[in-house]
Amino acid sequence: MGWLHEFLAAIQGTLRDVLPIALIIIGFQVLVLRRRIPNLARVLRGFLYVVVGMTLFLLGLHHALFPLGKLMAKQLTDPAFIYGVYGSVVAELQWSDYKWVYLFAATIGFSTTIAEPALIMIAKKAHQLSGGAISMRGLRMAVATGVAVGVALGCFRIITGTPLHYYIMAGYVMVIIQTLFAPRLIIALAYDSGGVTTGIVTVPLVAALGLGLASTIPGRSVIIDGFGLIAFASLFSIMAVITYAQLAEWWARRTRPAGSTEDLFVQVRRLSAHKATTPKDHKDEDG
Amino acid sequence: MRKISAFLAPVFESIRHLTPIIVVVTFFQLIVLRQPLPDLVGVLTGALLVVLGLTLFLRGLDLGLFPIGESLAHGFARKGSVWWLVFFAFALGFGTTIAEPALVAVATEAAVVVAEDGVIENTDSARAAYALGLRITVGLAVGVAIVVGVLRIIHGWPIQYLIIGGYIGVVTMTAFAPEEIIGIAYDAGGVTTSAVTVPLVTAVGIGLASSIKGRNPMIDGFGLIALASLTPMIFVMAYGMII
Repeated sequence: MGWLHEFLAAIQGTLRDVLPIALIIIGFQVLVLRRRIPNLARVLRGFLYVVVGMTLFLLGLHHALFPLGKLMAKQLTDPAFIYGVYGSVVAELQWSDYKWVYLFAATIGFSTTIAEPALIMIAKKAHQLSGGAISMRGLRMAVATGVAVGVALGCFRIITGTPLHYYIMAGYVMVIIQTLFAPRLIIALAYDSGGVTTGIVTVPLVAALGLGLASTIPGRSVIIDGFGLIAFASLFSIMAVITYAQLAEWWARRTRPAGSTEDLFVQVRRLSAHKATTPKDHKDEDG
Repeated sequence: MRKISAFLAPVFESIRHLTPIIVVVTFFQLIVLRQPLPDLVGVLTGALLVVLGLTLFLRGLDLGLFPIGESLAHGFARKGSVWWLVFFAFALGFGTTIAEPALVAVATEAAVVVAEDGVIENTDSARAAYALGLRITVGLAVGVAIVVGVLRIIHGWPIQYLIIGGYIGVVTMTAFAPEEIIGIAYDAGGVTTSAVTVPLVTAVGIGLASSIKGRNPMIDGFGLIALASLTPMIFVMAYGMII
């Protein structure tokens, strides 16, 4: 009975999230566009799947992953654990004593990003639109690597207590420089993946890690130092996606026989521009 | 038989998406922290729900949310009225954000923090008013972001100029905003992009870019999410300066 009760409460939460969206869609479709929704039955089935799927997903996360992950973040940042690893009590912990924290930050950032539903969807779409030039796996690996580096560096910042905005500004400068040299096709997608990384699986665990660190290290304020891991994760995933595209382009140029001048991304642009003229059911596009 | 495998293939796909988390958590629990997994049955049931939920959710996006977003965008492009499109874009950004549970949570928490700092009175009504104001601010920010993003798709402006402009805005505001709002503002950028909003907004962008002549869905279709996670930082810091 406990489960059923919980399921009903959870589905109510999801409905509150989805209902405004449904109302806006229906409102504009019926009142402004005055057209019937194509494949109405299929769309409704899709909405049902979204609501039930989201509910089960969140319910499962709250039961299996979040309690365990949050407990881990707390235990790993606990000075007792860090002293215990060294077997002796040191007067003051150095930033380098937190090696397990860095490893946890990087691996949990990576693995939760791989499971992020919105990123899976974006990667699938980018794969279709680029005519296969952007691989789903490659893009998600790139974003996840960026998050891993970002969260680990963010932990280093909390431990050393250096101000957040210097890192953020340096990150912005880096992104702008990379943009100048990036293949045009990837820029918008790279910026978008910065926003997508901060999703429902990653945020709770990464936030717990930041708050755990800020509350156990003397002299850190939870309000001022506890935040910012998410901002790091977004910035670094933008950089990682641009780097991934540059590497892919470089690789394609290297392996292509000499004499052909058209680069990979020009080909893709031609392909997707062609596709753009025939917006059909996107199920047929990935052939 | 075929029906069963058609159902199982996406389930295995979901398991693959979730394998890295399972490996990481198990490694840290058993090898680094040297503790047994607590409540194994509960964890396994939870994991099963996660797999089922992810499978259904991704299928639902393909069947419902994505096609409807694209078809709305095509519909507006065919109608040809920029004003209706701008209105729709604003409603979409504002409406999906203001009710977002993650934003409600962050706003409530922020009000408590700010009240303890003595910026507002530490009463229930003052905190509720502050939290509501914060939610409306973020909603406006996302609404404006989607409007700007849609205009960008129509006119084919390069995304990088808008983003660089946004970065300059964030850095400038950071220099002037009160310190306690900065962390909240930077986080507000992240909470606006939920798993339901992202697919819908992306679908609208791609649908619009593919139904306007001369636009490329890869170059012009993406970018709405990036703008929607940038403007809240600027708007929230402005809110912190005004209050």
